[in-house]
Amino acid sequence: MALSQGIMAVSVPAAALLSASSSYSAARVQTASSSLPALGSRRGLAVRASSAEQSANFGPSSQKLWTPKITTNAVAAKQEAAASTGAKGPGHELLLYEALREGLEEEMERDPHVCVMGEDVGHYGGSYKVTKGFAEKFGDWRLLDTPIAENSFTGMAVGAAMTGLRPVIEGMNMGFLLLAYNQISNNCGMLHYTSGGQFTIPCVIRGPGGVGRQLGAEHSQRLESYFQSVPGLQMVACSTPYNAKGLMKAAIRSNNPVILFEHVLLYNLKETIPDEDYVCCLEEAEMVRPGKDITILTYSRMRHYVLQAAKTLVNKGYDPEIIDIRSLKPFDMFTIGNSVKKTHKVLIVEECMRTGGIGASLRAAIMENFFDYLDAPIGCLSSQDVPTPYSGPLEELTVVQPHQIITAVENLLAK
Amino acid sequence: MASASVSAAAVAGRKIFGSLRPLRRFPAGLVSRRIWPTDCVDGVGPRLVPDGLASSSSSRCFSAWRASSVTLKSDGDLDVAEVSPFPGARIMYTEDLQFVTETSPSTVPCFRVLSENGEELTKNFSEPDMSMAQKMYEQMVALQVLDSVFYNAQRQGRFGFYATCTGEEALNIACAAALRDNDSVFPQYREPGVLLWRGYRLQEFADHCIGNYQGHGKGRQMSIHYGSNKLHYFTVSSVLATQIPHAVGAAYSLKMENKQRCSVTFFGEGAASEGDFHGAINFAAVLEVPILFICRNNGWAISTPASQQYRGDGIAGRGQAYGVKSIRVDGNDALAVFSAVKAARQLAVENNQPVLLELMTYRVGHHSTSDDSAKYREVAEIRYWSERRDGVARFRKWIESKGWWDGTVDEQLRKDLRTEVIACLAAAEAKEKPPLSDLFSDVYDSLPKSLEEQEKLVRQAVQNCPQMYPADIPL
Repeated sequence: MALSQGIMAVSVPAAALLSASSSYSAARVQTASSSLPALGSRRGLAVRASSAEQSANFGPSSQKLWTPKITTNAVAAKQEAAASTGAKGPGHELLLYEALREGLEEEMERDPHVCVMGEDVGHYGGSYKVTKGFAEKFGDWRLLDTPIAENSFTGMAVGAAMTGLRPVIEGMNMGFLLLAYNQISNNCGMLHYTSGGQFTIPCVIRGPGGVGRQLGAEHSQRLESYFQSVPGLQMVACSTPYNAKGLMKAAIRSNNPVILFEHVLLYNLKETIPDEDYVCCLEEAEMVRPGKDITILTYSRMRHYVLQAAKTLVNKGYDPEIIDIRSLKPFDMFTIGNSVKKTHKVLIVEECMRTGGIGASLRAAIMENFFDYLDAPIGCLSSQDVPTPYSGPLEELTVVQPHQIITAVENLLAK
Repeated sequence: MASASVSAAAVAGRKIFGSLRPLRRFPAGLVSRRIWPTDCVDGVGPRLVPDGLASSSSSRCFSAWRASSVTLKSDGDLDVAEVSPFPGARIMYTEDLQFVTETSPSTVPCFRVLSENGEELTKNFSEPDMSMAQKMYEQMVALQVLDSVFYNAQRQGRFGFYATCTGEEALNIACAAALRDNDSVFPQYREPGVLLWRGYRLQEFADHCIGNYQGHGKGRQMSIHYGSNKLHYFTVSSVLATQIPHAVGAAYSLKMENKQRCSVTFFGEGAASEGDFHGAINFAAVLEVPILFICRNNGWAISTPASQQYRGDGIAGRGQAYGVKSIRVDGNDALAVFSAVKAARQLAVENNQPVLLELMTYRVGHHSTSDDSAKYREVAEIRYWSERRDGVARFRKWIESKGWWDGTVDEQLRKDLRTEVIACLAAAEAKEKPPLSDLFSDVYDSLPKSLEEQEKLVRQAVQNCPQMYPADIPL
């Protein structure tokens, strides 16, 4: 655990992660049309504008982004209705970890039962500064620094939740929560059921996972694949400041145990998010870019790689539909299904291991439900079944790269 | 104040190292040296206090701790034995290369009140009044009868699994009687007496074990894995020791909401080997929460005797290592257990501190219906504890000596209880099983689409082939 203390000092500028335009979904998305407004007019992630990119216009356009009251459905378009007026307020720009912090802070102010437990979450402010300043504001008791005993403090949170609190458990790194697997699987996920509904466990388990920059195998775990089988849990993965804040708030308000997967390299992603209060829907996927040629399903950091690849794909004349699935358990088969019915081709891009990953179970779910709509086998790009090596070049080889996404799309569309 | 705290350490130092230590004289001119501030618990860290609790320490104690430092006067020398400045422990230096022995010269003694014949050996105990004592005895008998009937019912195939608390009935009821009914209890599985005491009816025990629709677990959890929100008895989970950190979390919650209640957790000496025990008790000490850790040391963890479970001085011996007040009690002495738990509860609630109790007892019964303990222990040993050291008999002798119980009614009481339990069991078996929808409800707060579809598939399967499925599952 001590190793990761130095890791938070690594701050990766957003530009390094995404070379150009990416965007978050809006409440309404313009219907598929060939002309979309230029980069500058969109509320999107901070990008480096370049003339070459002006032609690569894609993504949600001006739209009625936010309503003044709490938006419980912040995801696109079951109807894909045309957008209307612009946003209500100017919004404010922040980094993803600040968005998480903002969401957490708002919930802690709103409900005195919300508390945070984890290693170094108190006056240290958390390894990734998600709880920075909270201990001064809310006190040492609500920002509980725990000894190094993941299973025990996760168990503590379960007990606190059963007694009426709403704890947010922070794993310093998701990989360490493997030590808490017993409490998460046997208790978190089960006690509501086995007690006959008598005890609820409204806790949130969150932390950074995924492959970082040379953090070594133990700090590069993708736990979503391990937890997806556990009954009683909900799992979501955030990928932008907008959905990070929205999912954090929704997870805290949920009466089910929710695991919120953050990515260690996305904490410094910058975006302008609404000033108004909003919550994202836990069970819904996010339509990032509507299209008609192929459905690309992804989540977390891979979303940004997919968007990077999409730039090139669009230049080459393809029209990919990109969905950030966000909800890893349960899958939003409605949004995914609608997309499959439209495009008939699917590519899944994930960071999980090949065997038993999210992609593996998503493939099965799509095949089972939408077999007749598929024109080709479902493609899946994942990491190999190897522990993540420390050496930089080797590590890069284990993570799906944009050029691989482009090749995979081209191959699928050639079928 | 600095020197007072340091000289206390010097005294402690003498005790530990057994030799008079020369005091060092510090030269004049030493201006300041950070010594642990007085609001720290034993000088090894800040006291964590929730907002709103009456206390001299503020919730900003962490920054207060960092900011404060004691300045020694620069004029004059300070006679003080040298205390090491390590943040890990405020300790005395020594120049003796000496190991602390693995076993303490004196083990934690075992508190008892009654002799084996039920005679009071001391007046130093909390005495339950007549009605409570009578209720205690009746409930012990009820527990014995319940266990006996249910164990036999399982052997007859009437339900899947059972574990008795034979030999530990006195412990069960005495603990329950000493607690308040709204203290949060996190049991292991051998403490149904707490439920019984708090008013869980015999019918409810039967419904749960049979797994019918009226069981509070809706037929989902194993027999003896009872749970009752109403009675503050948290549903038993099969994995050992997971309840211990739950209890700490509950204590944390109770302290945060300033409820004058205690969290209590039970576990065996075997479960105390689990990592969860150590993490939880360590944390409870750091957090300073009102919690009782009650260990039933019954000598056997299925087939593993205590001698193979640990090498230290049992579980009570661990308390001090974690900074937790502890006591060892004769678990078969109901009055000793009653007094100790009562006192411990008061300590915990009044001082917001954890207390560890190790109740020494013996597991007379098999571990469960899946076990035959004669395979790994002497039958003579079992018989000895069952016939000569039974806690219920001991307590009965005491209340008879007080004139509060007439032994001749015992037989009738047992007969009546037996009839009642058997009737409850039969009634439970006659009731409907939980409906098929209960297979899928309560996994989440509301039924998600995926489970709705899975339920549909199950219904279809049952409707297509009804003869392959039990007829008594309501669809």
